[in-house]
Amino acid sequence: MAEGTGTYKELILAMGRTGILGYGGGPSIIPLIRYEAVTRYNWLDDEEFGEILALANALPGPIATKMAAQLGYRLKGTAGAVVAVLAHILPTSIAMVALLGVLYALRHSKYVAGMIAAVRPVIVVMLALMAYEFAAKAWKGLGKAMGIGFGLLAFTLLSVIDIHPGIVVAVFLAYGAVHLKLVDRLKQRPGQGKGVSS
Amino acid sequence: MTWWELFWGFFVANVLGYGGGPSSIPLMQEEIVNHYGWLTNEQFSDVLAVGNALPGPIATKIAAFVGYQEAGWIGFVIATLATVAPSAVALILLLRILNHYRQSSVVKGMTLLVQPVIAIMMAVLTWEMAGVSVGSIGIWQSLGIAAVALWAMTKGWIHPALVIVAAFAYGGLVLSHTV
Repeated sequence: MAEGTGTYKELILAMGRTGILGYGGGPSIIPLIRYEAVTRYNWLDDEEFGEILALANALPGPIATKMAAQLGYRLKGTAGAVVAVLAHILPTSIAMVALLGVLYALRHSKYVAGMIAAVRPVIVVMLALMAYEFAAKAWKGLGKAMGIGFGLLAFTLLSVIDIHPGIVVAVFLAYGAVHLKLVDRLKQRPGQGKGVSS
Repeated sequence: MTWWELFWGFFVANVLGYGGGPSSIPLMQEEIVNHYGWLTNEQFSDVLAVGNALPGPIATKIAAFVGYQEAGWIGFVIATLATVAPSAVALILLLRILNHYRQSSVVKGMTLLVQPVIAIMMAVLTWEMAGVSVGSIGIWQSLGIAAVALWAMTKGWIHPALVIVAAFAYGGLVLSHTV
């Protein structure tokens, strides 16, 4: 069992590194965070890291910042959580503001206009790939028929009836809370017992 | 009022996003473009481009930029806080209290059922962004660049950040004469 000791300096270095070196959004950063926390600094063992990750995945919101906050909190309490998150996100957040500021200041340059125009199809492809990944996860987790069925239902609610996505997500989450129990019960071929859970 | 809207917009988008930052992208687009009109779809596409070219979590970068643009550094802080704090605090509290929910069929079912919704939202966003691109450089340039990008990222195993930088270079050198 690894002991939870570490200094602020280590915390800032570890979380700063993972923020600056991790490409492709939060989920792809997780292995880097694991490397810093488990392998390099030995703040916790793999098993505990896995448990925290599993619970973090069960909660909404960005994943990397959740992990950073928990690791910081574990080492240094609330102040540690704040320091860890700041070290993780500040460098790239500020770079983002600076870079986009420069880009927009030079918007009228035909070179910058060309650059922006050329990158748009790339973003389309990236979004399409993400859409495909989420669809594949739904397909795999829910099965072919239900995956397509729920997809069509979501499309109808979002784009045909035009309901706010927040409400659609909330409804699907609410149903998701009972979904697996319902599937279980249907599989057991009820016969007589309705509304009675064993 | 803007401060409150910034907080609420990013809070809602991220609290509903299951599966990490990327799943929040279409939800953030809904708040940023469709609801509050802080950015146009064109600008949102630029933000995604720069955000994907830079390292680090994606949701916080988007929040930081939009917050900064709407209300300066205070906006930067508010939007970032609304994105990060609720879920971070929830995780810390949950870990302190108890540990057995992650195995429950309730949480598993919720994580499962949100996938098709995110997939559809992502597909709709893809469609809208394709329209933006065709509107600015026409269908053939868009298709060509998209085809090369798709090959590079799926078959060529070239890092997405490099693909974006390459597209920037192509646009600066070639498209600058036509746009």
